Amino acid sequence: MTNKIPGFRRKEILWAYGFVAVPLLGFLIFGLAPLVASAVLSLTQWDMVSSPKFVGLANYVDLFKDEKVYKSLFNTVFMLIGIPLGMVLSLLLAILMNQKIKGISVFRTIYYIPVISPIIAVSLLWQWILNQDYGLLNQMLWNGFHINGPNWLGDPRWIKPSLILMGLWGGIGGNMVLYLAGLQSISRSYYEAAEVDGANGFQKFTRITFPLLSNIHFYIVVMGVIGTFQAFSQIYVMAADGGPEFSAATVVFYIYQHAFEYFNMGYASSLAWVLGIIIFILTLLQFRLSKRWIYND
Amino acid sequence: MLLRRRITLSINVLILLIGSIIMLAPLAWSLSTSLKEKKNVFDLPPKWIPDPATFANYKGVWAEAPILHGFLNSATIVVFVLTIGLFVSTMAAYAFAKVDFPFKETIFMCLLGTMMIPYSVMMIPQFIGFSELDWVDTLLPLIVPGLFGNIVVVFFLRQFMQGSIPTELIEAAKLDGSGFIRTFVQIALPIAKPAIAAQAALGFMGIWNDFLGPLIYLHTPEKQTIQVMIASLQSMYISNSDYPLIMSASVIAMVPVILVFFFCQKYFVESLAISGLKG
Repeated sequence: MTNKIPGFRRKEILWAYGFVAVPLLGFLIFGLAPLVASAVLSLTQWDMVSSPKFVGLANYVDLFKDEKVYKSLFNTVFMLIGIPLGMVLSLLLAILMNQKIKGISVFRTIYYIPVISPIIAVSLLWQWILNQDYGLLNQMLWNGFHINGPNWLGDPRWIKPSLILMGLWGGIGGNMVLYLAGLQSISRSYYEAAEVDGANGFQKFTRITFPLLSNIHFYIVVMGVIGTFQAFSQIYVMAADGGPEFSAATVVFYIYQHAFEYFNMGYASSLAWVLGIIIFILTLLQFRLSKRWIYND
Repeated sequence: MLLRRRITLSINVLILLIGSIIMLAPLAWSLSTSLKEKKNVFDLPPKWIPDPATFANYKGVWAEAPILHGFLNSATIVVFVLTIGLFVSTMAAYAFAKVDFPFKETIFMCLLGTMMIPYSVMMIPQFIGFSELDWVDTLLPLIVPGLFGNIVVVFFLRQFMQGSIPTELIEAAKLDGSGFIRTFVQIALPIAKPAIAAQAALGFMGIWNDFLGPLIYLHTPEKQTIQVMIASLQSMYISNSDYPLIMSASVIAMVPVILVFFFCQKYFVESLAISGLKG
């Protein structure tokens, strides 16, 4: 077969292989190999000091009996509420911004600053704002409405809403920019045609704007779900040991604890595999669903 | 009609203004707290303007932690990964976008598969591997994997190159006797420049703000990145409620990113728009 390929083509193919070789090597060393190793590790018990002990599926059996696994999964699912909330707010902002107002870029910059701010710095500042006695939020609630604010980060009922609130503050700007780009790509002619047919503002939104943004809704949901399942830094800073009654721990946080605080490498790996499979199924499911409701023009 | 439109517009601007205040207030509050004396932070009602204002907390943070090392360590990772890693990604993206070669789709799908594996699955074996190499407590585990390029970056640059580098241009260059490398450097790179810049901006943010990786590997204070350093300061000072000091640390961690953001704003917004619409 090779002798059918002219010399210049062969050279080109070789160069192309050269160009993709490094990332491919990286994939083998830092992707595939750890993936396999992690599967093997999940069948062992190992503290990185003594030699690993093969235990079969024991880790997976333990994991189904581990109350903290269910708690961390529940916490993660609870925090998914932040995604639709954020979408509503950022779409609203994008619509407000999608007009010829002077200084709109100043607004865009302001809303975007929290997005680029380091999550650690942001977590520190929200920890202070949410302080029960002296935090800004409870002070304002008291001065403005005479409401005795809750112990945001110390109460198992309030810590997840607190994290969602902080996530909204930090994430709205990013999704808003996405929506704004989407809105600007919708052709005026759709709206003009709808106006001729006598559509009102609400109808124009539900029949034109919202469906035509479906690929952006989809992107935000997928990214949001993956991001929520992987949330770690803010939990590490704001909820020491996973928060009161483990009420803020995500699965990744629990994996971290087992791997790098208790050095249960085997058990941590089995947890990581469960998380990996969940994320994989969710992504697949979302892609399937997306085929039904995404409009492509 | 014109009046109605004007009123709607004013209401819109008003809502956006209120929103901006909500977005900026936490930042202003942390700045204000960082300039207060510790005994004044618990004043009721809270004061926005520190009186007296002091830089003592910043000096305190500077004395407590090797901040300069933190910046240098973070910057070292950024520089290596963003120069070598980004170049490697660009090369691969070009081959995937504009050259035909056997098994191209298979290789690309393999690489895309890594995007689906969460970091938490790979971090444990990677940690074990790097500790075998004695790389724990060095920057190497954070730099070396990045040098092999990033599949997300490859993906977006490939999309971009497919759409914006005309195949005829490449063919014409070939006819003129331009070799593979020369075509890549003289034709593909200049066209892809804005997309590369956008990925660089995004990459800077990702690396600078990264936490879990550096937290696992870096233990000695002098070797930590700025984020890990700030987080460990917090765990030391939260118990005695030294909020001014913690807020100074937070501001210190935030300032470089915000500065970079203001200088390269265009690229950030572009990168986000590109990634969102194509993704």
